[in-house]
Amino acid sequence: MYLFITGPLLWFSFLFFIIGCVVHVILYINGLDWKLDRVTYTKNIPYGLNGAARSVFFWLIPYGTQSWRNNPAFTLIVFLFHFGILFTPLFLNAHQVILRERWGINLWAIPDSLADVLTLCVIATALILLLRRIALPSVRILSTFHDIVVLVIAVLPFITGFLAYHQVSDSQFWLMLHVLSGELMLIAIPLSKLSHVVKFFCSRVQLGIDFGVKRGGMKSGGMKW
Amino acid sequence: MAQGTLCNRQPINTEETLQALLADTQGKIYYKEMQELDVDTTALGLLIEKTCKSRIRTWLSICAKCGLCADSCFFYLANNHDPEQVPAHKIQSTLGELVRRKGNVDNAFMIRAMDIAWGKCTCCNRCSIYCPMGIGMGVMFSYLRGLCFSQGFVPWEMKIGSGMHRIYRAQMDITSEDWVDTCEWMVEENEEEYPQLEIPMDKENSDIIYTVNAREPKHYPEDIGDAAILFHIAGENWTVPSKGWEETSLAMFAGDWEGATMQVKEVYGAIDRLKPKRMVVTECGHAYRATVIEGPYWAGLESGKTPVETLHYVEWVLEALKTGKLKIDPAKKIKEPVTYQDSCNYIRNGGLSTVGREIMSFIAEDFREMKPCKEHNFCCGGGGGLNGIGRYRQQRNVGMKIKRDQILETGAKLVITPCHNCWDAIRDIEEVYKLGIRWSFLKPLLLSMVIVPAHLKPTEE
Ligand code: SF4
Ligand code: SF4
Repeated sequence: MYLFITGPLLWFSFLFFIIGCVVHVILYINGLDWKLDRVTYTKNIPYGLNGAARSVFFWLIPYGTQSWRNNPAFTLIVFLFHFGILFTPLFLNAHQVILRERWGINLWAIPDSLADVLTLCVIATALILLLRRIALPSVRILSTFHDIVVLVIAVLPFITGFLAYHQVSDSQFWLMLHVLSGELMLIAIPLSKLSHVVKFFCSRVQLGIDFGVKRGGMKSGGMKW
Repeated sequence: MAQGTLCNRQPINTEETLQALLADTQGKIYYKEMQELDVDTTALGLLIEKTCKSRIRTWLSICAKCGLCADSCFFYLANNHDPEQVPAHKIQSTLGELVRRKGNVDNAFMIRAMDIAWGKCTCCNRCSIYCPMGIGMGVMFSYLRGLCFSQGFVPWEMKIGSGMHRIYRAQMDITSEDWVDTCEWMVEENEEEYPQLEIPMDKENSDIIYTVNAREPKHYPEDIGDAAILFHIAGENWTVPSKGWEETSLAMFAGDWEGATMQVKEVYGAIDRLKPKRMVVTECGHAYRATVIEGPYWAGLESGKTPVETLHYVEWVLEALKTGKLKIDPAKKIKEPVTYQDSCNYIRNGGLSTVGREIMSFIAEDFREMKPCKEHNFCCGGGGGLNGIGRYRQQRNVGMKIKRDQILETGAKLVITPCHNCWDAIRDIEEVYKLGIRWSFLKPLLLSMVIVPAHLKPTEE
């Protein structure tokens, strides 16, 4: 069982994740239509590139846009959450050990104590996001079951990983669950709203080009996000 | 398939149907018939399949439901943070549902969609610049309007407006003769004061082709006179076309893409005929959006640009001030506090945010910014055609509170509004809320302070 989960199923999950994401991007680009979208994607390219770069760059910086600045607490939570989710699994010591043992790849690893803090950060910020969803009428009205499920899927690997590492009760059980929930997340990414892993960039680049070549970018030098 | 005699899926293509619709005061019969109007779900489904591609589908599917767009919408703020006014909710519960159900919706759904697409959104596009996911909600609302229009669910005035463009190539019943007459009349009105004043009609190869908003010949002919005098003083080599002079597009507000295309091709036709070097658009926001920003795409121009370089009127003014073609008498600058209304259509959606400030530095001594301003400014409350729709009058008046408060905060009593819709909305803010403010286009202000060169003045005999 354990061998299957950490072997073929893991491979499958990674492949599904990568291929799914690539397919999303290809389908997205394929579906762009300069006439329907009313944006010249292949003309005025320097303006398009400038617009796209601005549109992605400022939004990736904490407090880089007016919208982020208007919502300081939310911005902090969102950035902590995403930073934790992306950074922790990549540089976790335990993951590095696997990489080293299986392929001999040596990457830099973060101390376990930092990993702990980041993990708790992910869990705590997820909880705040969930509470915010329930508490604020303007967010509650938007929320669907899907929104809550994807949040749970995204934090499950962190909860289980934390429990496994700290050897709460049966650590083998938690470890299994951890690997499974990680795989679930990888598979869920292309299938759910978690696909924003890549579609965020698609959408931001597209809107950036729109503002860059059409909505004023040629006269103003670029949208002040 | 129940279709009304006035409210139906056919766009207005004859003078007769237009007159019949106009005769129905306030659209009473029209809206009554709308209650019975069937939805052709097959056609709607096909239209969605053909036109709703990856961009909009992605926008609809990746919305993080974070609610950051809420505070960006003046309707949400003006309605005491009513969750129903959150942009993401407005679009998900209308367009989102329509796409998910592949057009399989009923009459009540479409009427609600219409009430949201026109009554709760001015397509100001402000929410789009506050959404982390880069979701272009203004674009989607506009797309939704197109779907509603295709099924006949469109506010009465918008159906009339789109019909006007289809028949007169103008948003109002102004024929080419009416237009030419108005220009001649304006020359006569002003020639005593400016003896060599002309409005050159259909002159080929001029430096500037000037195009207007049909409201000017219809209701504010002095605006055309003012424009002519300013071009005259600036020594411009300019012309107006006898056909293709109208820049606006109620067809765009109506979601009538075919009508919008007809309209814009008329203007580009004038450019092709008269071969001017550049085009200047009057002080109107949506005219600029329709003819300069969206128009090239409707007309199928692959460059995405108008056939010749186009300036909004404010750009021309700034150029004339900077080059000294227009000189301001320093003693006549505006002394009182004055503020400037940024039109969403050519500021946020047109990149002209700094132009107004530079103009102010030439003409005003105490210029005060609204907060927020430039790209981040709030809609006046009357954009997207909302000024003209009786059914949503009350909702518009509520929405205008945000602009009212922004103006009050500046302490200025004079608001410069180089956009017809903003001009109307701010006039109505005064009418509804009685703030004691005044509002003005740039032209009359400039005329009151520009130095007229001696050789252009009447010779005294
Ligand atoms: S800000 Fe964007 S992602 Fe967030 S709810 Fe609004 S539309 Fe959705
Ligand atoms: S486009 Fe403007 S009016 Fe419409 S929902 Fe967005 S912010 Fe509100």
